[in-house]
Amino acid sequence: MSAALHRLAGHDSGSDGKGPEDHPHGVPLAVHDLTVAYHRKPVVWDVDLNFPEGRLVAIVGPNGAGKSTLLKACLDLIPRASGEVRVYGKPYRENRGLVGYVPQRESVDWDFPVSVLDVVAMGTYRRLGWLRRVGGTQRREAMEALRKTGIEHLAGRQISQLSGGQQQRVFLARALAQDARVYLMDEPFAAVDAATERAVVDVLRGLNERGRTCVVVHHDLASVPRYFDWVVLLNMRVVAAGPVDEVFTPENLEKTYGGQLNLLGEAARALQNVES
Amino acid sequence: MWSHDPQVSAGELSLLWEVLTLRTHNTRLVVLATSLLGAASGVVGSFLLLRKRALMGDALAHATLPGLGIAFGVMTYFGMNARSLPGLLSGAVVTGVLGLLLMLAITRTTRLGDDVAMAIVLSVFFGFGVAVMGVVKALPGAAAAGLDAFLYGRPASMLAGDLVWIGGGAALVLVAVFLLFKELAALCFDEAFLEAQGFSSWWMDVVLLALVALVTVIGLQAVGLVLVIAYLIIPAAAARFWTQSLPRMTLVAAAVGAASGWAGATASALLPRMPAGAVIVLVASGFFAVSLLMAPARGLLPRLWRARVLRQRVRHQHVLRAVYEILEQAVRKDGPAQGVANRSCSFADLLVKRSWTPRQLRRILAREAGQGHLQRRSGGEVRLSEAGFGEAARVTRNHRLWEAYLVTHADIAPSHVDRDADMVEHILDAEMVARLEETLRAGQAWVPLPPSPHPMGPADRDRRDKDS
Repeated sequence: MSAALHRLAGHDSGSDGKGPEDHPHGVPLAVHDLTVAYHRKPVVWDVDLNFPEGRLVAIVGPNGAGKSTLLKACLDLIPRASGEVRVYGKPYRENRGLVGYVPQRESVDWDFPVSVLDVVAMGTYRRLGWLRRVGGTQRREAMEALRKTGIEHLAGRQISQLSGGQQQRVFLARALAQDARVYLMDEPFAAVDAATERAVVDVLRGLNERGRTCVVVHHDLASVPRYFDWVVLLNMRVVAAGPVDEVFTPENLEKTYGGQLNLLGEAARALQNVES
Repeated sequence: MWSHDPQVSAGELSLLWEVLTLRTHNTRLVVLATSLLGAASGVVGSFLLLRKRALMGDALAHATLPGLGIAFGVMTYFGMNARSLPGLLSGAVVTGVLGLLLMLAITRTTRLGDDVAMAIVLSVFFGFGVAVMGVVKALPGAAAAGLDAFLYGRPASMLAGDLVWIGGGAALVLVAVFLLFKELAALCFDEAFLEAQGFSSWWMDVVLLALVALVTVIGLQAVGLVLVIAYLIIPAAAARFWTQSLPRMTLVAAAVGAASGWAGATASALLPRMPAGAVIVLVASGFFAVSLLMAPARGLLPRLWRARVLRQRVRHQHVLRAVYEILEQAVRKDGPAQGVANRSCSFADLLVKRSWTPRQLRRILAREAGQGHLQRRSGGEVRLSEAGFGEAARVTRNHRLWEAYLVTHADIAPSHVDRDADMVEHILDAEMVARLEETLRAGQAWVPLPPSPHPMGPADRDRRDKDS
């Protein structure tokens, strides 16, 4: 529970046992003393994490544990009460180009008048810069990203005609088109069909093979050991962080979920989901 | 009403002709500027609509009134030309932007929602503006005539010098949107992603609101501040019905806006007492009504029509399948099945097959009879025609194929499969049927006409209905 403990956890699995202070450039994403509050009520408290390079990292925790908030705070999308975020040793603002983002599917209006290809091409905007228009190169890159997520046949389709799983793949393809080195993904497995789940896993493995780091907010505890090699257990504070086989233990889960990891607790949380 | 007046003189007719064909120089310029303004409003309004900030434009428009009044008062006091457009519009911009900032400040610092902030800013600024207007009109030497144009709109009151400002402003807005199209679209679709891409969505919001403010301010004279929001929103809302592509939506909105502006300016030139702002809004809402009802993709009537066509197709397939299943059962009852033969079945048997009322069933049967699929005989007997029998076999087969697919590939319990099959089978096309056949054949589940995976009697059906 203590800050020292999770600092240690990040430390251990960092590059060759050396701390991030020694090797700041090797740490794709370093979060230091991060606190986020909504209306003065803290949501994420004193988080200290070094995400190791080239890993598939799951962030798990109960509802309201601040998982999405942590990602958004890393991306400067919500203000931080304190703390700093470094990407390969530099402040996020300076190394923004290295970070790809897959927001939650519900964060946008899917009735918006654009096509799938238009959305995926947004991933190339950073390289494109202000005022310049999407051209052949960007369209080719977008098509390539669509191919990797297995939905190239949907390129010309209006986004209002997509299923939930297809929407998720469009967001994933858009992130791939960014060609980032660290990917932050907010619940890419939420409410998707089996085919999409496989496609998302394939994409994660493909990124992993190319040495990319993926930080994924995840809700399905059962699949954590199958899909990920590193895990962060979060409940406002970091309960534990480290390789899955060391950290993903019943005791840590008990601490994270506060002993509510039984059917009743699950049902109550499901109800909350429905109501909120 | 004007043209029906029997007293219309030849002179008035020729005036109408001159206006409609833009013969006089000033009219031509006014109409041109108002149309350009309409196009710019439509384009900017499209983004305002998609950003879901439509009412913010309204609050901004109302917040320009005190600025107009103050500018007028100041210019009168210093003995300048108090009707100078750049002067008045500068004042309008100042209080309009103040109103916007106040709105943002309220939402950022308190827990009041956007709607409350807008309502407060709109009413307070407008009330303040009305008070200011009352004071400045009473100033000694004030030539307040014409200020009303800003409230209710009067394109004909524009002078040649004003047109440069209005046309130039509209052109500037169009160029800005053209250059920043990509950024504005991304802002409206997913501001967080735009931000993560290294663009400042805060600045893009400022740009969008600045464009809205510019269009509003230069549109004051044409439509008036009370109605300028309609100029921004209605063309965009109408355009939304026609297309699912943003570039096309902005083009349609520009066209609707320009056409409304053209109509309004023409009306204003013809009938100087007619409030042109109202004409512009009415023309625009005419376009909106037509779009709402008729637009092929999202319009109301085409959608109702498509729903009706589907409903009829579903009924058609239901009745034919019901007859076919009765014929099948008859074969089973009679002993060794030698294929299904076409014979008569009774109205009563059909009635219990599905949950339709006798009246509904009679109407469906009449329709099918009209299409030559079956004949109705005396005593309520129904017999399929040659064509109807073939169609019934095809419909039943599609249904069974889909059911078999659901059971073998989608793990749906056989007792529940009928309902799910019902939903999709009616939209199966030839290509999908072929793919179904292929899939089922690969899975060794192939049968020429697959038997039903669930029991067929009415008693069984009732039980299933209770289950689901």
